[in-house]
Amino acid sequence: MSARRTLLLGLGGLILAIGLTFLLDPYRNYQLALVAAYLCATAGLTVLVGLSGQLSLGHAALMAAGGYGFALTSQALTSAGVGGLPRFLAATVAAAVVAGVLGLLLGLAGARLHGPYLAGLTLTLVVAVPAVAASVGALQGDRGVQMQFEGVPGPLRALIALEQWQAWVALAVAAVAVTGLALVRDGRTGLRMRAVRDDEVAAALAGIAPARVKVLAFVVSSVTAGLGGAVLTFVTQSVSPGAYTVSLSLLLLVAVVVGGLGSLLGAALGAVLLVLLPWLVGTVTDMLPLPSQVTQRIDGTLPLLVFGLLLIVLVACAPGGLAGALTAARARRRARRRLTAPAPTTAPPSPTAPAPRESARTPTEG
Amino acid sequence: MSAALSVRELVVGYGGAPVLRGVSFDVDEGTVVALVGGNGAGKTTLLRTVSGLLTPSAGSVHLDGEDLARVGVEDRVRRGLAQVPEGRGVITELTVEENLRLGGLWRRDPADLRAALAEMYALFEPLERRRTTLGHQLSGGERQMLAIARALVARPRVLLLDEPSLGLAPLVVAQIMRVLRELCDRTGLTVLLAEQNVAGALSVADHGLVLALGEVVASRPAAELAGDEALRHAYLGF
Repeated sequence: MSARRTLLLGLGGLILAIGLTFLLDPYRNYQLALVAAYLCATAGLTVLVGLSGQLSLGHAALMAAGGYGFALTSQALTSAGVGGLPRFLAATVAAAVVAGVLGLLLGLAGARLHGPYLAGLTLTLVVAVPAVAASVGALQGDRGVQMQFEGVPGPLRALIALEQWQAWVALAVAAVAVTGLALVRDGRTGLRMRAVRDDEVAAALAGIAPARVKVLAFVVSSVTAGLGGAVLTFVTQSVSPGAYTVSLSLLLLVAVVVGGLGSLLGAALGAVLLVLLPWLVGTVTDMLPLPSQVTQRIDGTLPLLVFGLLLIVLVACAPGGLAGALTAARARRRARRRLTAPAPTTAPPSPTAPAPRESARTPTEG
Repeated sequence: MSAALSVRELVVGYGGAPVLRGVSFDVDEGTVVALVGGNGAGKTTLLRTVSGLLTPSAGSVHLDGEDLARVGVEDRVRRGLAQVPEGRGVITELTVEENLRLGGLWRRDPADLRAALAEMYALFEPLERRRTTLGHQLSGGERQMLAIARALVARPRVLLLDEPSLGLAPLVVAQIMRVLRELCDRTGLTVLLAEQNVAGALSVADHGLVLALGEVVASRPAAELAGDEALRHAYLGF
C-alpha cells in the first residue's frame, strides 16, 4: 500500500471513529477510549511479534513507563503554568520517549536472545517495573500518580461530554500510532523485519543488519505501547503499578494472537475484545441468579478463562486469528463470485488488458 | 590482473576441531574460480568465513586489498562481497519481488534499485512471471535463480556461490552457469564457485582450486585441472 493511501486511510478511519462517538453514550465512549489506548499497545506488539518475530511478555511495563512519563511530565508542566494542548503534546512525547528508551535497552539485550530467553527477559521487566514504581517515593508508591482533573476544552464544553472528548483524544493518538506502524510495515523497515523474522542469516547476506532491525522493532513497538500508556493515563486520570501487571501483558499478547499476528486489523479486534470481553462476561454473570460473593469472584477470572478458550478455539480453527479468518472468508467469497460469473462473450480482447495470470509452474524443478 | 579476493593462511574450526588449515589463494578480478573437493573438504566453511558468517582463528580475508577482519557480514555485502548460501537462502515468506528488493534495500536511490530489478528480470526470465509468488511456492530452479538474482541486485564485485547445482536438473544448472559466465565476461564480476559437481564447475571456470581436508592441494587453470587424471582420481572422484 502506498504511503499516501495509508495516510488517507488513517485519516478516514479517525474521522469515522470520531463520528461514531456521537452515536454512543458516555460509558460506551469511555470504553472506546480504552480500546484506543489498548490498540496502541496491541498494534505495536503485533508488529514486534508478527513482523520481526520477537516475543514480548513485557508490554504492560512499557505501557506503565509511558503512563508515568505522561503523568509526571504533565504534573511538572502544570506546576510551570503550562496547560492545554502544549502540555498534552509535551507529556505524550515524553511518554513515547520514556517507553522508547526502555524499549531500546530491552531491544539491545533482546537482539542477542531468542524465544524463551527473550520471553524471560521481558517477563522480568513486567514484574520489576510495577515493583520499582511501588517503592519509589517520587512515583507515589502503590497509590500511583493522580492527574489533575482535565475537563473538556472551553468551546466544546457545551457540545460534548467528558467521555466523548477523551475518546476523541484517545482515537487521535491511536490513529497516529497505527498509521505510523502501517507505514513502517509497508516500507523498507517492514520488509527488513520480515526478512529477519524468517531467516537471519539470509537477511544478513542481503546486506541487512539483523541486530539493528530487531532493536528498531523493539523501539517502535515500545513507543506505541508508551503512547497507549499515556492515553490510558489521560482517560483514567491516574497511573498506578497495579494497573500494569503480568496479567495485562499476557492479555495483550493473547489479544494480538486472537486478532491475528502481524495484522493491524487483528490488533484492533484484539483491543476491542480486551475491553468488551470483561464487560460482556460481567453482564452475563449479573443476569445469572448467583450469590453476589460468587459473582464478584468470577468477574475477575472468568474473562481470562473465556479469552483463553477463545485462543484455543481460534488456534485450532483459524490459526491466522480473527483477521486471518476474515481474509480467508473474503478470498472464498471472491473465488465463489469468479466461479458463478457468466462466461466472457466473444468480444475481442482489449489491447490494454493485462495478460492472464500464469497458473502453472514453470518447468524448472530440479 | 589484480586479485579481487585474497585469502591468507586461513584457519577455522568448530569447537577446537580445525576444518580449514592455513588456506591461501587469490581470485583475480573478472574470473570464475571453481572451488572443488569432496564432502567435508571445507568448501562451505571457507565461503562462510569469507562472507563473515564464521570468524577465523587465524589468517585474513582481503577484498580489493582491504582487510575484512573487522567488517561484519552486512557491511561486506555493501563493500561488494555477496554470497549465495547452500540451500539457497531465499526468504520463503516473501514474494520474488520482495526478495529481490531486499538485496538492494541498502541503496539510497530507488531508481537504481528499480533498474537493478529490471536487469535481473531480463537475466532470469522465469522470475518475472513469478513476481508475486512467495518464495516457498517456487521450484528448486527458480529458487536458485532468485537467490543468485538477489545477490546480484546488490551489484557485487565478488560473488560467492555455494553448491548452486544442488538438487537441480542438469538443464537448469547449465542455464544458471551460462548466465553467470556471461555476466562475468560482460561486467567483470568475480565468482568463487564451490561445487561438488566438479565437471560442471570446471567447465565454466577459468581457474580451479582443489580443497581436501581443509587444505588447498592444487591450484591450476580449470582446463588443466580437468585434464589431470591422477588428481581427478585422487581427490575429485571422477
